[in-house]
Amino acid sequence: MDNLLSIVTFIPALAAAIMAVFMRGENEDVQKNAKYLTLFATSITFLVSLLIYFQFDPADTGFQFVEDKDWIFGLRYKMGVDGISVLFVMLTTFVMPLTILASWDVKTRVKEYMIAFLLLETLMLGVFMALDLVLFYFFFEAGLIPMFLIIGIWGGANRIYASFKFFLYTFFGSVLMLVAMLFMYMDAQTTDIVILLDHEFAFDSFNVLGIHVVGGVQTLLFLAFFASFAVKMPMWPVHTWLPDAHVQAPTAGSVVLAAILLKMGGYGFLRFSLPMFPVGSAVMSDLVLWMSAIAIVYTSLVALVQEDMKKLIAYSSVAHMGFVTMGIFAANQQGIDGAIFQMLSHGFISAALFLCVGVIYDRMHTREITAYGGLVVNMPAYALVFMFFTMGNVGLPGTSGFVGEFLTLMGTFQVNTWVAFVATSGVIFSAAYALWLYRRVVFGDLIKGSLKTIQDMTVREKWIFAPLVVMTLLLGIYPVVVTDTISPSTTALVDSFNAAVASADVTLAATH
Amino acid sequence: METILLFTPMVGAVICGFGHKYIGEKAATVTATSLLFLTSLLSWIVFATFDPAMHEGGYYTKTILTWIQSGTLDTSWQFRVDRLTTIMLIVITTVSSLVHLYSFGYMDKDPQWKEGESYKPRFFAYLSFFTFAMLMLVTSDNLVQMFFGWEGVGVASYLLIGFYYRKPSAGAAAMKAFVVNRVGDFGFALGIFGLFFLTGSINFSDIFSEVTSLADTQLAFLWREWNAANVLAFLLFIGAMGKSAQLLLHTWLPDAMEGPTPVSALIHAATMVTAGVFLVCRMSPLMEVAPEATAFITVIGATTAFFAATIGLVQTDIKRVIAYSTCSQLGYMFVAAGVGMYSAAMFHLLTHAFFKAMLFLGAGSVIHAMHHEQDMTNYGGLRDKIPLTFWAMMIGTLAITGVGIPFTGIGFAGFISKDAIIESAYAGGSIYGFWMLVIAAAMTSFYSWRLMFLTFYGKRRGDKHTHEHAHESPMVMLIPLGVLALGAVFSGMVWYGSFFGHADQVGKFYGIPVAEASAHHGDTDHDEENAEHGGEHHYAFAGQPGEGALYMAPDNHVLEDAHAVNFWVKVSPFIAMLLGFGLAYLFYIAKPDLPKRLAKQQEPLYLFLKNKWYFDELYDKVFVKPALSIGRFLWKKGDGKTIDGFLNGLALGIIPFLTRLAGRAQSGFIFTYAFWMVMGIAALVTWMSIGGGTH
Repeated sequence: MDNLLSIVTFIPALAAAIMAVFMRGENEDVQKNAKYLTLFATSITFLVSLLIYFQFDPADTGFQFVEDKDWIFGLRYKMGVDGISVLFVMLTTFVMPLTILASWDVKTRVKEYMIAFLLLETLMLGVFMALDLVLFYFFFEAGLIPMFLIIGIWGGANRIYASFKFFLYTFFGSVLMLVAMLFMYMDAQTTDIVILLDHEFAFDSFNVLGIHVVGGVQTLLFLAFFASFAVKMPMWPVHTWLPDAHVQAPTAGSVVLAAILLKMGGYGFLRFSLPMFPVGSAVMSDLVLWMSAIAIVYTSLVALVQEDMKKLIAYSSVAHMGFVTMGIFAANQQGIDGAIFQMLSHGFISAALFLCVGVIYDRMHTREITAYGGLVVNMPAYALVFMFFTMGNVGLPGTSGFVGEFLTLMGTFQVNTWVAFVATSGVIFSAAYALWLYRRVVFGDLIKGSLKTIQDMTVREKWIFAPLVVMTLLLGIYPVVVTDTISPSTTALVDSFNAAVASADVTLAATH
Repeated sequence: METILLFTPMVGAVICGFGHKYIGEKAATVTATSLLFLTSLLSWIVFATFDPAMHEGGYYTKTILTWIQSGTLDTSWQFRVDRLTTIMLIVITTVSSLVHLYSFGYMDKDPQWKEGESYKPRFFAYLSFFTFAMLMLVTSDNLVQMFFGWEGVGVASYLLIGFYYRKPSAGAAAMKAFVVNRVGDFGFALGIFGLFFLTGSINFSDIFSEVTSLADTQLAFLWREWNAANVLAFLLFIGAMGKSAQLLLHTWLPDAMEGPTPVSALIHAATMVTAGVFLVCRMSPLMEVAPEATAFITVIGATTAFFAATIGLVQTDIKRVIAYSTCSQLGYMFVAAGVGMYSAAMFHLLTHAFFKAMLFLGAGSVIHAMHHEQDMTNYGGLRDKIPLTFWAMMIGTLAITGVGIPFTGIGFAGFISKDAIIESAYAGGSIYGFWMLVIAAAMTSFYSWRLMFLTFYGKRRGDKHTHEHAHESPMVMLIPLGVLALGAVFSGMVWYGSFFGHADQVGKFYGIPVAEASAHHGDTDHDEENAEHGGEHHYAFAGQPGEGALYMAPDNHVLEDAHAVNFWVKVSPFIAMLLGFGLAYLFYIAKPDLPKRLAKQQEPLYLFLKNKWYFDELYDKVFVKPALSIGRFLWKKGDGKTIDGFLNGLALGIIPFLTRLAGRAQSGFIFTYAFWMVMGIAALVTWMSIGGGTH
């Protein structure tokens, strides 16, 4: 199969098309069929994607399974994966069937809901596979539309405000990225990412509007992409859309948002910023490192005082993404390995935590922390699962959460001990907010009348968590399954980055 | 065999925790306990058969699985067996298996639980899981795996402190323990990063072979350059302070008494809290080249020994007294390690594990007898009601207070190991440490006897009904006490030579190469000392860093000097012990109204001690409250007013324009977005066609 990537990408879209064309009405049969078909399609997608994983050759640092075809208007349709992207593809196909299972009790406009998720999956997969600027831009921006719809239609009371905010943030980033892409095409005469990766953008410093721009064009291009990726991550201080979006989104929406959509920013940094604008990245790296460290402490402190469970976990997500950006811009092997690892790990753990909130939200229809307490009495299985992922979230060794945090911090320590120092203090804060949440919700006696009859997890719910538990433990105990796949590619990335920065230093020194 | 030993408790935990639904509560708990006894047996075999001379460098390793690999970072699940490990193995598994057995009695029909609630399998599973994590900690061959065990025992401790989850105080104490430990872990983690940065490895053997160069390296850390060895040793010690509840990071330990008493015996007395001491001893090659860091360790240890003992004087909760006592005794161990006498630290760790576990289990037996009453002011005259428990506690008290015959080497375990530390402190040149420890020894004696007198002597106080129903504990609880009593009596005398004998004995025990003292002292620097000691001592340590389980630098003569201290130094802890006993007798037997009068007369001091030097209040004001208000400020003012405020201002100008474009007010922005995206792509395409033409 030489078009494996396209098959994986478009199975969900195909299922969505079938549903849109052939399923009519709102009756129970249609709803049921829609759910089963969606579950089937996402599961098949996952199974087929396993072929990618098993046929992938980690030793080859180039792109694999490459497809290159003519598209519309003279554009190219070019797809491929390397060690950096392949596991994000796997993460996406792995998480999607679970989110569909978690949506089993959706009652309103079920068919449309399922279509939105299926399209979302196709578009997200496209982001991680696209090897053409225009194609990437299309997937990257279009992917937000189903997410807007999911929040806007199936979301909570304040959903309009939330998706508004989400839109506003992403919009400005997109415009700047678009301008940068136009410039890149003008400069390199191609939109082919593989060629762009080898293209050297100018880095001679110049003055513009009286500001001395160190790193020249590269720095400006970096900043333009940064505007878009930083919002997607999200990085402090452009993170405030995320808590609102999470709070308003339905459970499955939050899961996808946290597990996959947030990874697009990090992926973008690794695919574009570091390899294409190495000098620009090097110039800006101190700033990014500090923004990351501030994000970790700032959002952890904010998480500490949240009253809404989802908001708390959302802020915790921002803190965890701080480790990712920090690792990426430490720009050494441990940092980047750790950043990718942290993104994958966060994909499992944050997904599970949002699902944990979903479990009790489905029963009590509130996310207020004060509405709960003593759940362990009636829900021992739930208490165990929630404890497990709480520990994953605080980075307990043995869970995947530890490896990513540890490697990113280790990488950062070699570059900037101050940043490492501030960021490491995050391990204290994360323990504080996560365990305090757990204590208020799960521990204590069950005295609130409304909770007296609350039931433990159903079999379906347990099956949703089981794969996530397995992955969190597997990656925590035997992280080599990840690092073996990514290492050759990340090593190549680090080497080319260092070489580019070193030669730039030489060139710049010579001109002065 | 070592692999089986290591994973057996985990198997027990899984069977007990998840399997009890299928095999029943009884079978599950019995399985976990039997597996622990098996582990204990294997540990003793390993300890007895291990001969450091048979292995290169006095240790051997075994790899199980690769772990974190990234560039030059090469971590494996790999364990290391050397003397230090085997000591810890027997301490952990012996106490743990006895505590498992004891729990059959103690946890039976626990009044904290309602009829039909299944709590026992959970308890045993946690205990076994803890044992597994602790074994991982001590058998690790690298710092990261050690960190795994380190945090693993933290979780087990968290779960067990919060075991009575209905009690809000238990939940609070559990969380406090975890978070305060995390403060220590913060330092530990930075230490690991620094060591990796400078040595390129986190494996012990690689680090040890680099320590001499670390001593000459400057590390730019934060605002200035530091001597690498000192700053890294210091950072690792921060971790040890958290785990071993040393001053400043001690506040969690007394609160941890919220857990069931067997837990306090196992985790918060015998094993987990000694992990910090173990860490310092394990890193002895680094400590030896970090004089400033070890001086700090000595001061913190000595101060903790003193400070915790002062608080122990006035507490009335029986478990809290013992908790502060533990805190204080851990201070002793750190002083020994700080002055370079790691072997004495390990010695006290071993003996303390026996007698302190016994004191806790004895206290548990008293609490069990008194229907979970823990306040000593409600005890009194229990000696006849629970005679076997009384004798066990008596042996424990004799051990901790250090009863023995001076200059003969005959005495209870605590007498021998504590004196070894006090002599080392003096010989190591820490006069502050020496005096603090001697004063603390007097106070140890006082609060220990106070506990005995209040509990077992005098009039019966408190609820009459409870006293009438006080009953001796069942055999499953008394047998562990008996076994530990053997340790409390004999472990000091049996192992004196191995831990604190002559250099050749100690060297043989740990696998440290020794050399003829004369050859070693031949250096010109040491001529003077040579003349002084040369006649009596034939051997001195002569290992390189990493050879043997401990490393003593060539200029570390604490062991020989400690043997040669003055008469009054040797006898001072004994006098302190007598003094403490006499005062306790006066206060609680001869004139029982004296304590009350003294407390009235010296009220500020009494309240200061009673309220634990106000550390909790201070931390609440300085750390907890500000963290919450900063969090609230950043949330409302930072995120809310500043960032969102800015955005909303922007939005007010732009959104109406955009929505008008799309036409529909409600979900208009989605269409706007789609519109702009299409426009964007169109712009890209246009640009490309035009641009493509011009170039």
